[in-house]
Amino acid sequence: MPERRRKWKFLALHILLFVPLLFGVFYLTLAPRQWQGVDEAVVEKIAREHGREARRPLLDPGEGDLLLFAFLCAGAVGGFTAGYSWRKLVSEKNRNHSHCGRH
Amino acid sequence: MKSIFILTTIFLLFAAPAHAMHISEGILPFEWAAFWYAAALPFVALGIRRINVLAREDLSSKPLAGLMAAVVFVISCMPIPVPTAGTCSHPCGTGIAAILLGPLVSVVISAVALLIQALFLAHGGLSTLGANIVSMGVVGSFTGWLVFRFLRGCGANLAVAGFLAGLLTDWATYLTTSVELASGIRGNEPFLPLFTKILMAFVPTQLPLGILEGAMTAGMVVLLSRKRPDLLVRMGVIKVDEVSSHA
Repeated sequence: MPERRRKWKFLALHILLFVPLLFGVFYLTLAPRQWQGVDEAVVEKIAREHGREARRPLLDPGEGDLLLFAFLCAGAVGGFTAGYSWRKLVSEKNRNHSHCGRH
Repeated sequence: MKSIFILTTIFLLFAAPAHAMHISEGILPFEWAAFWYAAALPFVALGIRRINVLAREDLSSKPLAGLMAAVVFVISCMPIPVPTAGTCSHPCGTGIAAILLGPLVSVVISAVALLIQALFLAHGGLSTLGANIVSMGVVGSFTGWLVFRFLRGCGANLAVAGFLAGLLTDWATYLTTSVELASGIRGNEPFLPLFTKILMAFVPTQLPLGILEGAMTAGMVVLLSRKRPDLLVRMGVIKVDEVSSHA
């Protein structure tokens, strides 16, 4: 039980630290607050200066929240796959250990 | 179950359209796009062959391959704000994949990740896919793998070798992107000044992100060496005597 409580304390501490950290990143920065990606800020900007414009993608998600939804789905699938694979990796080790213990 | 839930929640919380380093659709002229496709193709073919060999020899590497595929896919479309530059970019994740699975498998993983991102997430582009595979997949993977092997050969510990491999993977990827972009768009201009200009424009964002990628790579290698040292021995990442000395 103390182990469980320690884990919760650890998680709570991280959540408490995460909010000021985000605040620090977004509001206390000295840099201009555009938060453009380097593809816009560097790649597309310099390409435009040299007469090359980025084209719209083949499957264009447009301007609304469709792209956000696509990223949400990608994050969910990626997160699930990573978690599932990690669990398999760790449970495989435990299985090997219990096998060794029996012999 | 807990790890699945936590990872899924984390990635859902950070879901946002990525604006990052992949070269966007239509930026490169046709001949350069074709050239980078031709350069990437042999590595992808060799990578597929390597995956088949791995799957025949050792089925236990499958969860590791799944984990790495998910890590590379998510990391390479996760925009991370860099306060000192006021811009966002992302690490590559190919260094860690190359260290654990070999550079050729890492090339295939990044090719698949880049294809999905180009098709469904408007991130990168189909015409620039070859160039993005070369920078992130080929150069990133081989740099990370070579640096890690070299440093381990010199006696560096896992964390130091992992950190420098991740750091240089990131920087080498952006160096290559600068080469690709400068050679593609320069027209009649000399190559070197444009290349330097692009590289310098990347520096404020990628310098700190490279350090972050180094820390992530080191953390993952060390974590896996504690959780599954047997697997890392089989993949040739660490030696058997190192496992017994850890235990």
